[in-house]
Amino acid sequence: MNELWHTFSAAIAQLASGDPTLWGIVGVSFSVSASALVIALLPALSVGFVLAYFRFPGRWAVISLLNSLLAVPTVVVGLVLYMLLSRAGPLGDLNLLFTRPAMIIGQILLCFPLLVAMSLSAFQAADHRVLETAKTLGASPWQAFVTLLFEVRFALLAAVVTAFGRIIAEVGSAMMVGGNILHHTRNITTAIALETGKGEFVQGVALGIVLLTLALVLNVSLGWMQSHSRVLRHGT
Amino acid sequence: MKNLLLLVQGAAMATLLSVVSGVAIADSIRLATTTSTYNSGLLDHLLHSYSQNHDLEVQVIAVGTGKALRMAENGDVDLVMTHAPGAEAVFLKQGFGIEPRGVMYNDFILVGPESDPANVHSTHTVTEGLQRIAQFNSKFISRGDDSGTHKKELQLWQHLGASPAFSGYLESGRGMGHSLQMASELGAYTMTDRGTWLALKQKLDLKLVLESDPRLLNPYQVMLVNPTRHSHVKVDDARVFAQWLVHPEGQTAIANFRINGEALFVPSAESPDL
Repeated sequence: MNELWHTFSAAIAQLASGDPTLWGIVGVSFSVSASALVIALLPALSVGFVLAYFRFPGRWAVISLLNSLLAVPTVVVGLVLYMLLSRAGPLGDLNLLFTRPAMIIGQILLCFPLLVAMSLSAFQAADHRVLETAKTLGASPWQAFVTLLFEVRFALLAAVVTAFGRIIAEVGSAMMVGGNILHHTRNITTAIALETGKGEFVQGVALGIVLLTLALVLNVSLGWMQSHSRVLRHGT
Repeated sequence: MKNLLLLVQGAAMATLLSVVSGVAIADSIRLATTTSTYNSGLLDHLLHSYSQNHDLEVQVIAVGTGKALRMAENGDVDLVMTHAPGAEAVFLKQGFGIEPRGVMYNDFILVGPESDPANVHSTHTVTEGLQRIAQFNSKFISRGDDSGTHKKELQLWQHLGASPAFSGYLESGRGMGHSLQMASELGAYTMTDRGTWLALKQKLDLKLVLESDPRLLNPYQVMLVNPTRHSHVKVDDARVFAQWLVHPEGQTAIANFRINGEALFVPSAESPDL
């Protein structure tokens, strides 16, 4: 117990000291996951929208496929991407293996199905009259889409927070296609795996604290916004 | 909302592109090496010395020897430093690597719980020691990851003429550091390179039970990826770093790497051909 407390307080001290290596690792995690999320967001929302509002042959198959992709382990995504990006693989000439863009691609693949699935259910839950009203008022399809996005914004925000949580916490793909190179592709999760291997639990705990704090802040603010919006609606 | 989304996407693409181009421009090479050189802290120490006088950035990917050689075969790295003479010979013979040079060595040792239930301490050769562990059916953590250490361990079992089929034999499938911690937690024996042991032993409930068998020598070799196989590898830059490793400057840095006053690796490069 004493040992545990000692590790924990040393971790806090390391975070507070502004250790550049430590915060650099945190920076890699954030820039990779944020980039992946931002790139995946609009395409994923569009796919979710199309699936929610259009009927076409194969729609059911697409939804099933996306739902199964939700369950794909991160190491499998990492393995497939590794084989594709390796010099010996079909995309080797892009020279992307062991770089941040490779990690970003892996995380896009991981968060895309999640964003589609959650936005799909958000769109399906939305009042269909919103879209019809917008169209009646002469909105272009794009304007109607944006109106709808605004209508279900809290559900979409929940999707974004969930997706971000999934990819910033994943280690399998980041380790395989990133290679855990210091100052380049070492992020929070791969650093924790490495440091525990070296018996250095302090840095692992410090990075874990960052991840936990992030999860807490994101979810608390999401909850606050949602309850806040309900108050507003009841008020009007 | 529309503009905001477009703006955000634009920013992301810009970030992505800058990252891509940044990686392409930076003068850097990739070294695949084993977890034993990395977990012990040797690589950090060497790269720190190296960066004092050189601009070339060496990006380290620490994996087991088997995987490191595989990365080199595929041309995903520029050079490798590994410790599995047999696998390295095959690698060179198949034309994947060139210019092998011995860099340093340390040795493997057997470590186990304080109580030493199989009394390995009383034996003098590693084969005897392993035999006792198997006879007593004590727990033994094998790396099980095709690393240099794992290859060596399998060789030793093979030499005993027995596959390690006793029920105490457990494969961790992880690096040396993790495997030592598992052995410590489970009260098991394991075979480790001396470097990782010295770096970690204060955090472990284990003791050294067998050492100094000539069979346990652990030589490290650096090899460049053959540019005729993979024209894109940065063979010139890789050679610069490999030469530094075997040059007196690099060799001194290796000799100076100590933990609690103990040297972890012994430099072994013969006169460097410059």
